[in-house]
Amino acid sequence: MGRLFDFMLPDNKSPLTADSTDGLFHFINEVSLIFLVGITIALIYFAIKYKRKSEDDKTPVITHNNTLEITWSVIPLLIVMVVFGWGYSGWLNLKAVPNDAYEIQATGYKWNWNFNYENGAQTLNELHVPKGRPIKVVMQSRDVLHSFFIPDYRVKHDVVPGRYTYVWFQAEETGESVIFCTEYCGTSHSDMLAKVIVHEPNEFEQWLELNGGGIQGTPVEQGEQLVSLQGCQTCHSIDGSPKIGPTFKGIWEREQQLTDGSTVVVDENYIRESILYPGNKVVAGYQNVMSPYEGRLSDDEITNIIEYLKTIN
Amino acid sequence: MAITEAKKMTTLQVKRFKPSENPTNTFLTDEKGVWAWMTTVDHKKIGIMYLVAVAFFFALAGFLAIALRTELWTPAKTFIEADTYNQLFTLHGAMMVFFVLVPSIPAALGNFILPMQLGAKDVAFPRLNLASLYIYVAGAIFTFAALASGGFDTGWTFYTPYSSDGNGAGVIWVTLGVFILGFSSILTGTNFITTIHKLRAPGITWDRLPLNIWALYATSIIQVLATPVLAITILLLSFENIMDIGIFDPALGGDPVLFQHFFWFYSHPAVYIMIVPGFGIISEVISTFSKKTVFGYWAIALSSLAIAFIGFLVWGHHMFTSGQSAVATTVFSFLTFLVGIPTGIKIFNWIATLYRGSIDMKTPMLYVFIFLFLFSIGGFTGIMLGALSVDIHLHDTYYVVAHFHYVMMGGTLIALLAGLHYWWPKMTGKMYNEKLAQISAVLIFIGFNMTFLPQFIMGAQGMPRRYYNYIDQFTPFHQTSTIGSYILGVAFLIILYYLVKSLFSGEKAPSNPWNSRGLEWQSTSPPDFHNFDHTPVVINGPYDYHKPMEEFQLGLAVSHEGHDAEHAPAEVDTTEEKA
Repeated sequence: MGRLFDFMLPDNKSPLTADSTDGLFHFINEVSLIFLVGITIALIYFAIKYKRKSEDDKTPVITHNNTLEITWSVIPLLIVMVVFGWGYSGWLNLKAVPNDAYEIQATGYKWNWNFNYENGAQTLNELHVPKGRPIKVVMQSRDVLHSFFIPDYRVKHDVVPGRYTYVWFQAEETGESVIFCTEYCGTSHSDMLAKVIVHEPNEFEQWLELNGGGIQGTPVEQGEQLVSLQGCQTCHSIDGSPKIGPTFKGIWEREQQLTDGSTVVVDENYIRESILYPGNKVVAGYQNVMSPYEGRLSDDEITNIIEYLKTIN
Repeated sequence: MAITEAKKMTTLQVKRFKPSENPTNTFLTDEKGVWAWMTTVDHKKIGIMYLVAVAFFFALAGFLAIALRTELWTPAKTFIEADTYNQLFTLHGAMMVFFVLVPSIPAALGNFILPMQLGAKDVAFPRLNLASLYIYVAGAIFTFAALASGGFDTGWTFYTPYSSDGNGAGVIWVTLGVFILGFSSILTGTNFITTIHKLRAPGITWDRLPLNIWALYATSIIQVLATPVLAITILLLSFENIMDIGIFDPALGGDPVLFQHFFWFYSHPAVYIMIVPGFGIISEVISTFSKKTVFGYWAIALSSLAIAFIGFLVWGHHMFTSGQSAVATTVFSFLTFLVGIPTGIKIFNWIATLYRGSIDMKTPMLYVFIFLFLFSIGGFTGIMLGALSVDIHLHDTYYVVAHFHYVMMGGTLIALLAGLHYWWPKMTGKMYNEKLAQISAVLIFIGFNMTFLPQFIMGAQGMPRRYYNYIDQFTPFHQTSTIGSYILGVAFLIILYYLVKSLFSGEKAPSNPWNSRGLEWQSTSPPDFHNFDHTPVVINGPYDYHKPMEEFQLGLAVSHEGHDAEHAPAEVDTTEEKA
C-alpha cells in the first residue's frame, strides 16, 4: 500500500487474484516513470544546451557506439523478461482455480447476466457470494460475445457462445462490487451491468436457502418470475413505455402492425413464436435484436409466461 | 560513388547541379487541369491527391470523435441515442484506421518523397500507383454505401458473431470496402519495394539509403504479406453473412475465436504499417534539425526490419481474455516483449543523435520532441498491456483506448505532422507561418494529453471501452477528456488555416530551407516534373553534415542521360568532379 500509482486502481477486494496483478502494475508504472523522466530530461537538456547558435554550426561525427547500443538493448530486455515472468505467474494463478471453490453458473445474453446456484436458486444481474471462499464462475453466452469483468477482483474473461469459460476470485470483505460487460454486444452493451454482493458465510447460506428450489407458485406467479429472471424487462416495459422492444402492458389480444406491413393479433401462438424465433414477425418500429430462446425455455415455461402476460393490463 | 561499380564501369563524369531558386518548370506547372491531375501517373501529384483524401477522412473521423466525446460529457444520454453512438464510434475507428492511418504516411508523404530520396523520376510502376489511388476511392464509396444502407455498429474490429448476426447490409458493404482498400495498400507496398530495389540513383548503396526509405521498405513488406490475410478473412465473413456458411458463427457451427485470430493476424502487423513509416520521418527530421549524422544508422534501419518481422508473431496478445489456448497466450506474451526492444532502441538512438548537435526547434523538430514524449508513454503502456496478469485487468477498458491513441495519434499522426511541416515547402513551394505552427503544436500537445491521460486512469479503474452510458464515478475523467478533445479540434483547425493560407499568400520556399543533406532537397521547390533535371549522383550518406553541401549536388555530367533533351538543366555550375 501507499504506492505512487495507487490512485489508478480500484480497491483490491480479492487479494488472492489481485495482489500479483497490482504489484506488477505498480512495478511497470514506476520503472516506466523513471525512464520517461530520464528521456524527458535528456530531451529538454539537449534542446537547451545544444541550441543552434548559427547556421554554420559544426557538429561532431558520431556514427554509433556499440557499447551504448548493447547497454540500452540488454537492460530493457532484462526488465521486460522480469515483467513477462511476473505477468505469467500472476496469470497462471488466475487460471488455477482452488480445489474447494464454490461453483456458480453464469449466462450472458443481450443484455443481462443470469446466475444459477447448486440448489436451483436463480438471480438476474446479482451475483451473491460468501466472503472468504474461492468462487468459480462458469460462464456461457446465449448469443454474441460478452466479457465478464469485475474490476475490484482484477478478473476478466470473454463469454463465448458455444463454449464454457470461467473466472475465479475470493472476496475478502462484504459489500458490493460492479460487474461490467467489456466485449461490445450492441445497443445496450453499456447497460449490461451486474453486481457482486458479498455476504458473511452464514448470511449467504440463509440467502441460498431462501431462494432455493427455483421457480415456484401458480402458473402466473411462475411466469412473472421467469419474465423477471430472463431479463425480459430490460427491453420490454410493463408500464406501457416503449423500450428496445414493445411494452408488455395490454399486450394480450392487441392488434400489432409488423415490419412487413401485415398485422397480427397477439395470441398464444404469436407469443410462443416471438419467444422462440423473435426475428420471424417483428413489430413495426422496432429492430430485430432479440436473442432466440429456442432450446432455452421449456414448453411449460412458455405457457406460464403467456399466462402472466395475459394479466398485464 | 560505389567504388566497385565505378571500377567495373568507366569513370563517371559528374558535375554540380545547384537547384534553381526560381524554377520556371515544376510538376505543378507542367500538367494542369482537373483531367491532367485525374489521369496523372506522377508520384508527386498522386501523393498530393492521397494527402487531400486522407485529410478529408481525418477531418470527418475527427469530427465524429468530437461528437463522441460530447456525448460522453454526461453519464447518460447527452444528445444522441445509443445506436447512433455505437455507429459513430465504429465509423470513427474504421475510418481512422483504414482510410487515414494505413495510407497516411506511405501513400501520401511516402509517394511524394520516396522517389525523390532515391533520385528516381517516379516509382517503378506509375500506373499501378494511380490505380491504387482509385482503388482507395472505390473502397471509400463502399463505406459510404454502407452508411446509406443503414450503417454498421460492430466496432472497427468486426468481431463475430455480432457482425454476422442480423447486422444486415451495412457490415457487408463496409467490409467489402475494406477488402477493396487492401489492394490499394498492397499495390503501394509492391511499388515501393520494387522502386527501392531497382531505381536508386548511382551511388545510393544500401548503407546510404535514407532511414525514411528503410522504414518504408519495412512497411511495404508488411503491407504485401499481411493485407491478403485481411482480404481472405473479410471474404469468409461475407460468405458467412450472405450464404450462411458456418465459419465464425457458432450458431452455424463456426468458431468466433477463429475470426479474432484471422483479424489480428492482419491488424496487428497493420499497426506497424501505421507506425513504422512514422519512425522514418522522425529519423529524417531529427538529423536535419540537429545538423548531425544520425546516431546508430544500422540500429535504426535494422530495427525497422526486426519490428516488421516480429510484428507478425504477436497478434495473439489481443486475445488474452478470448479463450485461446494457454500455450498460445504464453508465447504471444513473450514475443510481445521482444517487439518492444527494437522500438526502444530507436528512441535511444534518436536521443543520442541530439547529443552535441546544433538543435533548431522549428515546427517539425517540435513535433519530433512531442513524438518522443508521447510515443514513449505509448510504448510503456504497451509493456503494461503485454504483461499477462495485468492485461486481464486492463483488456477492453479505456486503458487500451488511451494506449492505442498514444501510439497511433501520439506516434503516427504526430510523425505525420512533423513530416508534413518538414516537406511542405518542398511539396508546395510555399512556407507556412512558423509562429502559428508552433502555437498549434503546443496546443496539440496540451489537448492530446488532456484527452488521453485521464483515459489511462479511468481505464485502470475499470471503465470499459465502447460504453454509451457509464457509472457516475468516471464523470470527471470523461469531462476532462472531452475538453481536451475540443482543444485538439481547435489546434487542427489552426493548422488547416495556416497551411491553406500558405498556398495562396505564403512566402516562397527556397529549395532547401532547412539546409538538409537529404537528396530530396536538392531539387527545386516545388520539384521539377521529373524530380531532378539530371540524374543525381550520390557520394555521401544522407546525414553527412560534416561534408560540404557541394558534394550533395552532383549529377551525371553527360546531359540528357535518361531524360528528354527538352528539359534544359537549371543552373550549371562550372565545377567538375570525378568520382
